[in-house]
Amino acid sequence: MDHVIAARAQMGTSLAFHIVFAALGVGLPLLICIAEGLWLRTGERAYYDLAKSWAKGMAILFAIGAVSGTILSFELGLLWPGFMRYAGSLIGLPFSLEGFAFFIEAIFIGIYIYGWDRLSPRAHWLCIVPVMLSGAVSAGFVTLANAWMQMPTGFRIVDGKVIDVQPLVAMFPKPWALEVTHATVGAYVFSGFALAAVCASAWLQGNRSPAVSRGLRIAMLVGALSVAVQIVVGDTIARFDAAQEPAKFAAMEVVKKTTSDAPLTVGGIPTADGLCCTIEIPKHLSFLVAFSASAKVRGLDAIPPADRPPVAATHLSFDAMVGSATLLFIIALVWVPSAIRRKDPPKWLALAIALTGPLALIALEAGWFVTEFGRQPWIAVGLQRTSDAVTPAPNLDLAFYGFSAIYVVLGMTCAWLLLHLRRGEPASDPAIDERKAPI
Amino acid sequence: MALAAALVGLVALVIYAVLGGADFGGGVWDLLATGPRAGRQRTAISDAIGPVWEANHVWLIFALVLLFTCFPPAFAAIGTGLYVPLSLALVGVVFRGAAFVFRNYAADVTAVASTWTVLFGISSLAAPFFFGDAIGALATGRYAAMSAFAIAVGLFAVAVCAQIAAVFMLREVREPGVQQDFRRRALRATLAVWILGLVPCAIAAGYEPSIVRGLLHPLAVTAIAVALVAGVVTIVCVARRQDSSARVAVGVEAAAILAGWFGAQAPELVPNQYTFASAASPDATIAAFLVATAVGAMVLVPSLLLLFRVFKRA
Repeated sequence: MDHVIAARAQMGTSLAFHIVFAALGVGLPLLICIAEGLWLRTGERAYYDLAKSWAKGMAILFAIGAVSGTILSFELGLLWPGFMRYAGSLIGLPFSLEGFAFFIEAIFIGIYIYGWDRLSPRAHWLCIVPVMLSGAVSAGFVTLANAWMQMPTGFRIVDGKVIDVQPLVAMFPKPWALEVTHATVGAYVFSGFALAAVCASAWLQGNRSPAVSRGLRIAMLVGALSVAVQIVVGDTIARFDAAQEPAKFAAMEVVKKTTSDAPLTVGGIPTADGLCCTIEIPKHLSFLVAFSASAKVRGLDAIPPADRPPVAATHLSFDAMVGSATLLFIIALVWVPSAIRRKDPPKWLALAIALTGPLALIALEAGWFVTEFGRQPWIAVGLQRTSDAVTPAPNLDLAFYGFSAIYVVLGMTCAWLLLHLRRGEPASDPAIDERKAPI
Repeated sequence: MALAAALVGLVALVIYAVLGGADFGGGVWDLLATGPRAGRQRTAISDAIGPVWEANHVWLIFALVLLFTCFPPAFAAIGTGLYVPLSLALVGVVFRGAAFVFRNYAADVTAVASTWTVLFGISSLAAPFFFGDAIGALATGRYAAMSAFAIAVGLFAVAVCAQIAAVFMLREVREPGVQQDFRRRALRATLAVWILGLVPCAIAAGYEPSIVRGLLHPLAVTAIAVALVAGVVTIVCVARRQDSSARVAVGVEAAAILAGWFGAQAPELVPNQYTFASAASPDATIAAFLVATAVGAMVLVPSLLLLFRVFKRA
C-alpha cells in the first residue's frame, strides 16, 4: 500500500469509527436527560426504565469513545508529525479546551452511571446536565480545529516559517460557526434516529412495554427536530462553500467547467476517469447557489489540476449525505401525525423508523467524508499537502491493518454487548418500587 | 513561559502516574489475582476503578495536548522517534479501557467475561510498560526503545503502578481477608520497585553515560532521595495500617520519580534535539494555553472533588 494512502486510511478508519461514539456521546445524554426528567416530573416507571437502560448503553459507548478518541490524539503525532510540527501552536487551544470539556464529561458520567443509589433522584438527574453540555462543547472544540484545516488563519508565513501566531484568531476560522453547528446538530440527528430505530425494532419484535413507546417518541422528537434544523444549516453551508471553498464545492457538485446555468448533478457511478451515468437537472445548481438560474458557478477548471479534490468520492459522499438526510426528514414528517395523536405507529411506519438508524449512520459518515475528501489534497488548505505531513515511519500499512483489526474486535464486541444487554433487560426492576420518584 | 508550560506538564504527568497508574496497577493485580479470594479481589478492583478510570485517563490526553500545543516540534519528533513503543502503549490503553467495560457488562456470560478479564490484565500491564519504555528510550537521546535501559524503565513503571494500586486498594476494601491480601502485595511491590529501580541505574552506569550525568544533577539526586524516603515511609505506614498516610507517601514517591526524570533531563525535552525553549510555541500560544488551563482548572477542581467525595469517602 502507498505510504500516504496507508496513513490516510488509518486516520480515516479511526475517525469513521470514533465519530459514531462521539456523536452518541453528544446526543445520548440529551435523550437520557429528557427521559429521567420526565420520570421526575410524572413519576412514571417507564421513563425510569428508559433512562436506566439508555444509561447502560451510554456507559459502554462512552468508554469506547474515550479510548478511540485517545487513538486519534496519538495519531496526530504518530501519523502527521509534519503537520503538527507547526500546526500544534495554532490548533492547540481548541484541543486544550476540549481536554477540559472531556474531563467534565468523564467525571460526571462516572458520577451518573455509578451514582444511582448514592445521590437523591434530583441530584442524580442534575449530573447528566454537565455531561450533556460538555459533550456538545467538546465536539464543538474539535470541530473548530477541523475548521482551521479547511481555512487556516491566525498566522503569517515569512520565508516558509509560520510567524505572528494568534491562537484566538486561529481558533475561529471563517467556517467555524457553520461547521460547529452542522457537526453538533448532526450528532443529535444521529443519536435521535439511532435510538428511535432501536425502539422501533424492539416494538417490531413484539416488545410493547411502555418504555419502548415512550423511548420511540422521545428519540423521534429529537431526531425530527434536529434533522429539520440540519437541512437549513446544510443548505447554508453549501452556499458558503460555493462562495468560499470553490474546489470542494465543485467536487461535491461535479461542476467541471465554470458556467452559468449550471445543472445539478445527482448520483453516478465512479469510473477510472470520473463519473458516469449521472442524472443532470438543468440550471438547478445555479438556482440553488444564488436563487437565479443564470448565476455563475465556479468549476474544477478554475482549480489547478494538482489542487483538485477527488471528485467521485466527494460527490458520492455528498449525495449519500443529502439523500439519507432527505429520507430521514420524510420519515419524520410521516411520523408526526401519529405522534400528535399519541398513538403507536402502524407497522409499516415502525419499519421505516427502524430504517432511520442505518440512514442516520450513512448521513453522519458521508457528511464527514465530504469535509475530508473535499479538503484533499491538502491537510491544511493552501498551506500544506497531506503528502508533506505524513510520518517517515516505515510499514504504515501494517499499522493500518492492525488498528483496523482492533476496530473490528471493539465494534463487534460492543454491538454484541449492547444487543445482549437489551435481551437481558428485566421487564421491570423490582428495586425501583421502593424508590419513589419525587413528584 | 516555556518552563511554566513544562511544569504544568510535569504536574499533569504526576497526577496521571498516580491516578492512572493506580488504575493500570489494579489491572495488573486483576491479572495476578490468586487464592481463595481471587474473585473478591477482582470485584474490589472493579468497584474501585469503575467510577474514576475515565476521568483519570483524561490526564493523559491533557498531557498530550499540552505537548503538541506548547512544544509542537518535540511532539512531532517524539511521535516519529517513539512510533513503535507509543503505538504499543496506545494499544494497551485502548484494550484496557474497552476490556474493563466489556468484562463488567458481560459478567453474566462467563466465556466473554473471562476472555476480556485476561485482556484487561495484559493490557493494564502492557500500557505502563510501553510508556516506561518510551520514557527510557527518550532519555537515551537516540530513541533506543529496544535498549536494555528502556526495557528496564518499562518494567520499573509496571512495578510502580502495581505498588500504587496495592496501597490505594487498602482503603477501598472492607473485607479483612482481601485487605490483608493487598497489604502483603503493597509490601512486596515496594520491594519490587526498589529492585527494579536499581536495574536501570545499573544499566545506565554501564552503558548510558549521558543519563548518569543527568541523574547526578542536584535536582535529580534530591528527587531520588525523596523517592527512597517516601518508599520507606510507605512500607512503614502499610505495616502499621496507616493506610491514608501510605497513600500520600506512595503518591509522593511517584511524583519524586517523575521529578527526578524531569530534573535529570531539564532543560532538554528531547535529549540531543530540543530543549524546552527551542521546542516552545510562540509566547502567544503558551499564554493562551496557560489561561485556558487556569480557567479550565476552576471548573475541573470542584468537579473532581465532587467525584472523589461521592465515591471515595472513607
